[in-house]
Amino acid sequence: MVKRFVPLALLLAFVGLVAWKLMAPETDKVTSQLVGRTVPTFALEPAVAGKPGLASADLGKGAPRMVNIFASWCVPCIAEAPLLDALAREGLAIDGIAVRDRPDDVVDFLAEHGDPFGAIGADPESAAMIALGAAGVPESFIVDGSGRIAYHHQGPLTPADLPEIRRQWEAVQ
Amino acid sequence: MIAEIGHAALWLAAALALLQLGLGITVLRGRDDDGAMALAMRALAVAQGALTLFAFLSLILLFWRTDLSVELVAAHSASAKPWLYKVAGTWGNHEGSMLLWVMVMSLSGAGLGLFARRLDSAVLSAALGTQAAIGLGFFAFLLFASNPFARLNPPAVEGRGLNPVLQDPGLAFHPPTLYFGYVGLSVAFSIAIAGMLTDRVGPALARAMRPWVLASWVLLTAGIVAGSYWAYYELGWGGYWFWDPVENASLMPWLAATALLHSVSVLAARSALKAWTMMLALVAFSMSMVGTFLVRSGIITSVHAFAVDPLRGSFILALLALYVGGAMALFGWKIGGVREGERFDLVSREGALVANNLLLSVILALVFIGTLYPLAAEALDERISVGPPYFNTVVGPLALLLGLLLYVGPLLGWRRHRRGVPRSVALSGVIAAASLVTMLIVTRGEHLFACFGMAVAAGLAVASLSPLFGRRLGRVPMATWGMAVAHFGVAVSLAGMASEAAFTKETLVRAQPGEIVAVGSWQVELHDVMPVAGPNWSAIEAELRVSRGDGVEVLRPQSRAFASPPTVTSEAALSTHADGQLYAVLGDGREGEGWQLRLWWKPFVTLIWWGGLLIALGGLLALVGRTWREGRRARAIREPARW
Repeated sequence: MVKRFVPLALLLAFVGLVAWKLMAPETDKVTSQLVGRTVPTFALEPAVAGKPGLASADLGKGAPRMVNIFASWCVPCIAEAPLLDALAREGLAIDGIAVRDRPDDVVDFLAEHGDPFGAIGADPESAAMIALGAAGVPESFIVDGSGRIAYHHQGPLTPADLPEIRRQWEAVQ
Repeated sequence: MIAEIGHAALWLAAALALLQLGLGITVLRGRDDDGAMALAMRALAVAQGALTLFAFLSLILLFWRTDLSVELVAAHSASAKPWLYKVAGTWGNHEGSMLLWVMVMSLSGAGLGLFARRLDSAVLSAALGTQAAIGLGFFAFLLFASNPFARLNPPAVEGRGLNPVLQDPGLAFHPPTLYFGYVGLSVAFSIAIAGMLTDRVGPALARAMRPWVLASWVLLTAGIVAGSYWAYYELGWGGYWFWDPVENASLMPWLAATALLHSVSVLAARSALKAWTMMLALVAFSMSMVGTFLVRSGIITSVHAFAVDPLRGSFILALLALYVGGAMALFGWKIGGVREGERFDLVSREGALVANNLLLSVILALVFIGTLYPLAAEALDERISVGPPYFNTVVGPLALLLGLLLYVGPLLGWRRHRRGVPRSVALSGVIAAASLVTMLIVTRGEHLFACFGMAVAAGLAVASLSPLFGRRLGRVPMATWGMAVAHFGVAVSLAGMASEAAFTKETLVRAQPGEIVAVGSWQVELHDVMPVAGPNWSAIEAELRVSRGDGVEVLRPQSRAFASPPTVTSEAALSTHADGQLYAVLGDGREGEGWQLRLWWKPFVTLIWWGGLLIALGGLLALVGRTWREGRRARAIREPARW
């Protein structure tokens, strides 16, 4: 008796599968391949006088850090600067990587748009940016205390992204 | 005005379908004593068919005139397009193709109403009612979710044009043929439902179903062959089958219909395989619907790149769940009441046909799983695509086994095979073995699978004709001729595939004008590259002078740029010979830097499609033979012999 309804059961399984797929359409979020991996090795000279440069060895010294890839010539970076300031005031430890930039320009940028950074490394050839798997500027990473990348945000931060950033920051404490 | 009239005709047809369904339910409840309602249903089915045909012709007229006040025309046509593509463009889009689907559905119902005299009125009414019920769902889909007659206000100044890949004579032939095959299977579905509803599953039902299955199968075969050849020369990849989900969507109903075609004969001749045949009739049309769903929802990534529309996908999925679910539930509920059919020995015609059905069903299941696997994997958060390595590996050996089965199956007797193995089987076996050895020597064992394919094909060429041996050919029934031709077609097609796989020569070069390139035994000279223009495109055209020592021939492959929509296609140039095809594609290039040329020499590749056409021809012969014979028998019963 049950056997006779096997075709019906198979059909329902098929309908269930494709209905699930129809209901949950493609998300346009691409999860970074770097999440879960250790920060690639780099050692950057200081980008401005008076602040240390940034090396991968500085990350993963027990305390989590956020790394922001930016540039003074990058307009979206201006847009996200106030948000980074706000995060820094909340207690997030943020380091910067200035891509293809000049020291004077970086100084002007920080003076005008705020300076949330503890350390800023200069990345004149985009080497560190590429090593980190960033497609451009700005991008942000959260690195946990062991030097593992916990979160990767592509593009400028917007106010809507802040809750997720805070959640990720809490998670690595 | 034409758009409004067409639209009204559709609504009217939908209303008639509703009426037809209502009458069907009434008849099924036994409230039709004088048969008037059954007669009315037949008239309704014909009227509904005529109305949808009218609506379809209206849409063709709108496309013919490039009426840019109709949204569909503005979005998919343009005034500067050749007339053939204006007409064919009618079904080169979602709404138009769904109207084609609904029209074929209604015409099939009309055909059932007109010609199905063999069915008694209760079964016929139930079948027409089912046909109307399915039709209603698709009318609703058309009228509420994909109205082809929607106006555009204000009208467009110029249309957006038809996708250039579709601007090909293939579009005029391939989709309608395929749709007639797809949707024609709905009649077998409806007859099966009717048989189960009225408890009349038996040989008479099978005989009534058979012409519909045959006709759909012939068209489906021809449609697939046409599509395969179209993709082969249009896409410029030099392949004839890509295992793309949309191709599989047409292959799956074909596999089910092929199995059904054989099992329906067992039911008609021997009253065996009742439940199985009903199941196949349900599965065949269900696969058509699954195919439509896969194509129209865009749920699986495909080179065919139809528009993705989750809403439309959900609509078709709901229809599919309703109809197929209802059918499967009915099957589970009713099939227990169907008496077990006649018994038969393992070695018998029936036994061979069961083996054929099992192999076809397993292939169908494997193709189905392969097509949907990426989806299931995604549910487990894994991204994967399934391609030729899977399909060729799992389907190929089973297909060869199926070919071997054809050596003996048609020669066995019904119920129990008493005589020994026919001598022709031994002959086929010897030929197959000899071909295998020859192929292994010629290819030095490199293309093992193709060698086996060629061997099976060579033996089958003889085996397929052996049912005709020793008979007076004039007296062989046309249906037997049909079987022999179709099976011979399988051998021809298989030989083409094996030859293509084992002996194709390919060259990819960057050549300067004046340079000579060799591919296989051919010398190809890139003589010149020049710009040319057509009615709605411009192109870079290469002039290739090709020769293999017996005169020079000129081939002109193009890289063609269309203005609306702006797209570049590569138009391959083919030189067809008795022993194969030379296939040339012009790729990127620049003056001074040379031009990319891709050349293939494909020995006997055309056999693939000739074989496919022979298979369809065999089906056609069987259809004509059986219809003629049964018509004669019916006349003989009606008019008793006078003396």
